[in-house]
Amino acid sequence: MSIKNRFVFSLVVSLPMLIEMFTKPLGLMLPGGAWTMFLLATAVMAVSAGPFIQSAWAAFRHHHANMDTLVAIGTITAYLYSFYAMLAGKDVFFESAAFVVTFILLGQYFEEKMKHSASGAVSKLVDLQAKDAEVQRDGHWTKIPLAQVVVNDVIRVRPGQKIAVDGVIVDGSSTIDESMVTGESMPVTKQAGDKVIGATMNNTGTFTFKASKVGNDTLLSQIVDMVKKAQTSHAPIQKTVDKVADIFVPAVLIVAIATFTIWYVFLNASLVSAMLFAVSVVIIACPCALGIATPTALMVGTGRSAKMGILIKNGEVLEAANRVKTVVFDKTGTITAGHPQVTDIVGDTQVLQIAANLEVASEHPLAAAILAKAQAENVAVTAAKNFQAIEGKGVQATVDGQPAFIGNDKLIADYQLSADLRDRMTQLQGEAKTVVLVGVAERIIGLIAIQDAPKASSATAIAALKHRGLRTVMLTGDNQRVAQAIASEVGIDTVIADVLPGDKADHVKQLQADGPVAFVGDGINDAPALTTADVGIAMGSGTDIAIESGGIVLVKNDLMDVVRALELSQKTFNRIKLNLFWAFIYNTLGIPVAAGVFAVFGLSLSPELAGLGMALSSLSVVASSLLLNKSKLTSTPTTRVA
Amino acid sequence: MLKLIILIVALLLIGFIAWWFFGNHATAAVDAAVSDNTQDVGVEVSGGYSPSTVVLKKGVPATLTFNRKDPSSCLEQVVFPDFGINEFLPQNQAHAIPIDTSKSGEFDYACGMNMFHGKVIIK
Repeated sequence: MSIKNRFVFSLVVSLPMLIEMFTKPLGLMLPGGAWTMFLLATAVMAVSAGPFIQSAWAAFRHHHANMDTLVAIGTITAYLYSFYAMLAGKDVFFESAAFVVTFILLGQYFEEKMKHSASGAVSKLVDLQAKDAEVQRDGHWTKIPLAQVVVNDVIRVRPGQKIAVDGVIVDGSSTIDESMVTGESMPVTKQAGDKVIGATMNNTGTFTFKASKVGNDTLLSQIVDMVKKAQTSHAPIQKTVDKVADIFVPAVLIVAIATFTIWYVFLNASLVSAMLFAVSVVIIACPCALGIATPTALMVGTGRSAKMGILIKNGEVLEAANRVKTVVFDKTGTITAGHPQVTDIVGDTQVLQIAANLEVASEHPLAAAILAKAQAENVAVTAAKNFQAIEGKGVQATVDGQPAFIGNDKLIADYQLSADLRDRMTQLQGEAKTVVLVGVAERIIGLIAIQDAPKASSATAIAALKHRGLRTVMLTGDNQRVAQAIASEVGIDTVIADVLPGDKADHVKQLQADGPVAFVGDGINDAPALTTADVGIAMGSGTDIAIESGGIVLVKNDLMDVVRALELSQKTFNRIKLNLFWAFIYNTLGIPVAAGVFAVFGLSLSPELAGLGMALSSLSVVASSLLLNKSKLTSTPTTRVA
Repeated sequence: MLKLIILIVALLLIGFIAWWFFGNHATAAVDAAVSDNTQDVGVEVSGGYSPSTVVLKKGVPATLTFNRKDPSSCLEQVVFPDFGINEFLPQNQAHAIPIDTSKSGEFDYACGMNMFHGKVIIK
């Protein structure tokens, strides 16, 4: 019989006794008196409380005791005493037994419902999975179940369809809603060569892509796996609690016997009131609240963060993230975009046009930055002719019938630079930018400054971290000047430059002398530093995250997620502490009150109230954990990266 | 006189509870039987897990088949923190859980409230 049915049964059967409680003062009694009460209570005990007794007995034989033990012993005591009292013609307490069972079942019914919703995050993630895919096999498009898709399959996706697995677009373009996996709220535009993530939603266009990861290797599968592990992990804070929980029930039984004995033998209370005190002690004690305080909060907290594209590995990481004092960032790819971009153009529109024409055939990274800029500005590029290298300085060629050139600042030796442009060049170089000179017909007409520029969200994220009282440090292999320029732009406190890749972990270790350190890096090159730090935060973009590398993995490549990750960890951990606090307070206050310690002040608990208290205590813990889903984050829900 | 008897009974009861629950009571480990390159162990869930310690062979695909007889909501979930397993066990039904035996070691598992404990040893 389900908990719900047991509850309904005991409620219906107890109802006459409840009504009698109110009508008794008016002289209205149940027909049959104590015998009717006896029959009703027996029905409740047999049907609704039966499973408690069965479970308590099974546990007892294994030298275990749990909450069922307490419920069973409490209600059986009240029931058996009442049976004796009925035969001896004394006051009976059948209704106490019946009401306690009803209240506890009510609590368990709600608790069960909430527990299922707390652990629902994983199944929601799994449900994101597409069911089938349209795959090209033997020259035909056929729809096949997801499980049959293999690597290198070419898959067609139409508007409104889900992308089945991870892969790379072969043909076509579209906007894709990746929010369900990455937490990025804006649809992303993708074209041939771009990576797509399985389980994300295709919005507007039709495209085909080649599957690169299927089955358990897809990003979604890895996320599901990590969230599952996180949700079942234990936070270190729980260890003490577990020790308490282990001895809790037998200890309560001992307290209850002592309560009875002290009242009856030493304080000369009547047998009835001594018994009622003891029963209240047994009923009010709630080991469940202690037991579920940590797991439910952990489950809700990690589930919620996963929805935002923040994967927290386990309870240990969560607890460590809460203590972090310093956040150390890798520069390239973490604070900056990771590839050079054109930041300034000095001169008229011709400058970019000529530069693009000169660089179109080049494979230099700076050329890529210029061409990207030209494309972004819709500059039509026509390749220049008659290329000629200027050794160590740049190239020259013919653009529109005129000789043109582009190159580094060593070209000053060959060409005249106006005072105005010279000032600008010095200024840009002071900002740690690489300056490219562009000229036509022996004259330098403009400058293009290129830099691995900070991401749009970096400055905001660092300000937010500082606002939370954290020290920010940048660790980079770049030279001091470049590093300092970026650091001042985004507001980093301390810069450690000229660090060899292998020495990053050592620097993290030194910083740990001042308190726990979180290291934010890309997860591929920074693995040693990520492991050394108290909390390793690996940033990824798309499907290439090394998901094992960090204690916290950010699916999106957005520094604001570092702020959100730390904030969510803190919120979850605080909720765990709050839950444990209430569970402990409830038990440490509830048990003495039930034992009648404060009876002199007129403060005591009947078994029914104790039963209600027990039901509410575990209920309130689960409810408080579920509230984590609703708690506000001060950092904005999502920021867009331009 | 009655009070003296009650006092003595109470003390005896306390002693019994302490011995029964806190005393050292050994439980036996059960080895999994391997057949057709799979191994399966049935675990009855009733007031705890019996057998509470299961020994599995490394590298052989394994399942633990839980059968929850116990109506308690305490035992309705089983959690293996090391494997990321968190499943609800239906009452009076066999519920098979595959265990990854690729790594050897001792892996504890527990009910949803971490009150009842079991252990899987892979070697």
